[in-house]
Amino acid sequence: MSTSEIDRQWTTRLRRRVEGKLPPEKLLPDTQPTYVSSWIYVFGIATLSSLGVVIGTGCILALRGPQWWHGSAYGHFINSMHLWSVEIFFFAMVVHLWGKFAMAAWRGGRALTWMTGVVTFLVSIGAGFTGYVSQSNFDSQWISTQAKDGINATGAGAYFNVLNLGQMLMWHIVLLPLGAIVLTGMHVLMVRIKGVVPPFEEGAEVAE
Amino acid sequence: MAFLLSFAALIPLDNLGHYIQWHFIEISIANLIVMILMVVTFIVALVAPFPGRSRRKENR
Ligand code: HEM
Repeated sequence: MSTSEIDRQWTTRLRRRVEGKLPPEKLLPDTQPTYVSSWIYVFGIATLSSLGVVIGTGCILALRGPQWWHGSAYGHFINSMHLWSVEIFFFAMVVHLWGKFAMAAWRGGRALTWMTGVVTFLVSIGAGFTGYVSQSNFDSQWISTQAKDGINATGAGAYFNVLNLGQMLMWHIVLLPLGAIVLTGMHVLMVRIKGVVPPFEEGAEVAE
Repeated sequence: MAFLLSFAALIPLDNLGHYIQWHFIEISIANLIVMILMVVTFIVALVAPFPGRSRRKENR
């Protein structure tokens, strides 16, 4: 094979792009600028960690099923871990996004970081709502019968039926978590590629 | 188990929720508390000193 042929291979091109944009020392940095040593920077990783607990406890719930999580002490415990890690997840995410909003952290070509954050937020809300209607108890019955009226008023009920437990559960445990995980991965990679946004400086332009 | 149940009794959850009403705004106390806690956490995160910050500066 000639070198130009090798140059044109998609594997070669992809490797060069990744190497250029995300060398190992950028992917796993050892130091950060001093302004990063503030509590406000902890909330991104707090969101990420609680997402890990949400996914982990959700997987345990999936192993044993609803009879177990409604009917046994250990099942209740894991169910509660799942709920409370979600509470911490949203709590940390909101503080995180307020912080990034206050820093205008979309500056210097970081729009995609911000936007993947926005879409993750929306997807997570969808995951929360489908979780409420997937509980398989009186609470979920009540919530879904209320929600159907709202959704039917928009016409979307024909495609997204909150009374259909099978559909809601699949959205809750397959589609929306997949979306949240992929988007979070992109989000964190974008932060690594761009580096942490520098603070405001009077009259200065932000470097890309 | 009895130990855990005594925790559960701390907050009675079998009653109706409490709501605050102000004109068209209606919000449960529980949600309001969470929102206030988020604002407080945000402010504390901005002003609380981060451990190790001064030490690292001295080293440089
Ligand atoms: C699953 C939800 C999320 C996770 C796991 C997450 C995680 C992270 C992490 C670990 C960082 C780097 C550390 C830090 O600065 O805190 C970060 C940065 C950032 N996040 Fe998020 N985030 C999430 C949601 C959001 C949302 C909802 C927004 C805004 C709408 C957002 C906007 C940003 C921005 C703009 C940065 C870049 C900050 C910079 O360059 O200095 N994130 N995120």
